[in-house]
Amino acid sequence: MIWTTELPPFAPFFVGALLAWITRGRLRQTIMLLVPAAGGLHLLGVEPGVYWQLSFLDYTLTPYRVDRLSLLFGYLFHIAAFLGVLFALHVRDTLQQVAALLYAGSALGAVFAGDLISLFIFWELVAVTSAFLIWARRTDKSLRAGFRYLIIQVLSGVVLLSGILIHYHESGSLAFVYLGLDGLASWLIFLAFGIKCAFPLLHNWLVDAYPEATPTGTVFLSGFTTKLAVYALARGFPGTELLVYIGAIMTCFPIFYAVIENDLRRVLAYSMINQLGFMVCGIGIGTALAVNGAVAHAFNDVIFKGLLFMSMGAVLQMTGRINGTDLGGLYKTMPITTGFCIVGACSISAFPLFSGFVSKSLVMAAVLQEGYHGVWLALLFASAGVFHHAGIKIPFFAFFAHDSGIRTKEPPLNMLFAMGIAAALCVFNGSYPWFLYDLLPSTVNYTPYDATHVIAQLQLLFFSALAFTWLKLSGLYPPELRSVNLDVEWIYRKLAPGAGAMLSAIGHPVDSRIRRAATRRVQDFIKVLWRHHGPHGVLARSWPTGSMVLWVAVLLAVYLIVYYA
Amino acid sequence: MRRKKRTRERQYFFDKPQNVKRALRVLYAICAVLFLIDFVYHRHVEHGWEALWGFYAVYGFVACVVLVLAAKEMRKVLMRKEDYYDMDD
Repeated sequence: MIWTTELPPFAPFFVGALLAWITRGRLRQTIMLLVPAAGGLHLLGVEPGVYWQLSFLDYTLTPYRVDRLSLLFGYLFHIAAFLGVLFALHVRDTLQQVAALLYAGSALGAVFAGDLISLFIFWELVAVTSAFLIWARRTDKSLRAGFRYLIIQVLSGVVLLSGILIHYHESGSLAFVYLGLDGLASWLIFLAFGIKCAFPLLHNWLVDAYPEATPTGTVFLSGFTTKLAVYALARGFPGTELLVYIGAIMTCFPIFYAVIENDLRRVLAYSMINQLGFMVCGIGIGTALAVNGAVAHAFNDVIFKGLLFMSMGAVLQMTGRINGTDLGGLYKTMPITTGFCIVGACSISAFPLFSGFVSKSLVMAAVLQEGYHGVWLALLFASAGVFHHAGIKIPFFAFFAHDSGIRTKEPPLNMLFAMGIAAALCVFNGSYPWFLYDLLPSTVNYTPYDATHVIAQLQLLFFSALAFTWLKLSGLYPPELRSVNLDVEWIYRKLAPGAGAMLSAIGHPVDSRIRRAATRRVQDFIKVLWRHHGPHGVLARSWPTGSMVLWVAVLLAVYLIVYYA
Repeated sequence: MRRKKRTRERQYFFDKPQNVKRALRVLYAICAVLFLIDFVYHRHVEHGWEALWGFYAVYGFVACVVLVLAAKEMRKVLMRKEDYYDMDD
């Protein structure tokens, strides 16, 4: 295979998707594993630079540009794709396998896009290809959720494109570099990134759609779309102060929902927004330490959130259930999955020696250094909260709590291997953070493991656990209930359709009167026509049959002459 | 997958109440030690509140209690039946 450095990372994924489409069985499995593995190894040898530039009409496009920031996300997306493929290796559904590779490839394309038009193209490809992972569940619910998801994602792309066009008109440049918030164009681009990054009020697509995807599909979904948005924000808007406050809100509000949500994959979706909040906050602060923290946390989050979604996917696959009300006691028959889930839970909760600790600390330290004390308290609250709902609630209600009586077995080997690798990465990055730190955009001068920091974090976490224990034992803890909780989606799933129905109820009498008047006009017009064109009208007099026969004969004669002439 | 419990099923770790108690006691002990460390080890701090004894412990505990109780109240306003959106979606 000719594989030069000029070959952009998305290409092998698109070729692999085509091959996966036409092959079956072991061959397809091999191809699917080979694409992210070989692609990732190849990327290790790629140096920063511009590798592919072309002119299209009047525009200069740069579909393949490499720098430290895009490289980090490039490695990450290869790891995420490999873990996702391994976890879904047993799946025989061609639709899912092809969509997964196209989705991962599109995300890689977007990360290495050096200009805004290429970014837009991959941005939309990410939206379309990922929707198939939701539809692949093939239920009525997932079909609808998939459409809602796609509409919002495509909307993000449309907003992005309008921003790009205005930006080009104003500045004459299409390069995807620092943009900053000034003027309509940058606000539109910011909004487009914000939709994909699940900013507050724009977040509902995530918690609506991700839990409706297939057990393996959600693992892919959790890896790419939102992290692509984090990447885009880190490149376009570092140091935008508004992001600090948006991030702080993102860390706090979802944890309330997570506490009362019953669907455990939806709990994880809410906790995902919470984690994104830390990254957005770091980008908003914009110092080297903060941006390093944001992207490092994105890196770790893909792996530990992927691991948590994998463990819940395994539970859903093996038991057919995912609601806290239906589960419990699974540690008895799924001890290995339980162990991996706990590793993921420790990582997201930022326990020392687990990956979340070494990256979240960077953001927290930066927030404190820059003097955002209120924001710091909010993030601290969110740190305790994330341990509460993701760290304790997820493993507790799925694997422990009351015995649901479900007796199942461990998931297939490939699922266990994928979880095992993810868990190992969580522990490795947590215990030996310097490997990850070396990959970050700027040099890191920070030691996560000093006594003060470790003790403070342990105090925070263990007393959160103590609070959970106390609330649970005293019966104050809200029980898991079969329910849905209203969120922003209420506006477009309930209020808007309801308002439509109401408007038509009010408008109906008016509407019918207008229609009747219109019908009368049309009838009058027809009468006029009838008078002139009707059977007795001047313009509709019938001709005798004889004259018609004559004319046909003339035509035939002309035809004969022309033919033989 | 069997939903009915078999008779004479194996006893698992947390089936024994004394094991649950033991786990809880370990948790209490760790919490006590972590709280007492503050009186022995002086954490170097960036923010004034951090220097308070047991700041992180108290903050973590209170944060979680507030979180859960507030979320419980939220249910009164936000909670709907499971098929709320299915009815005319």
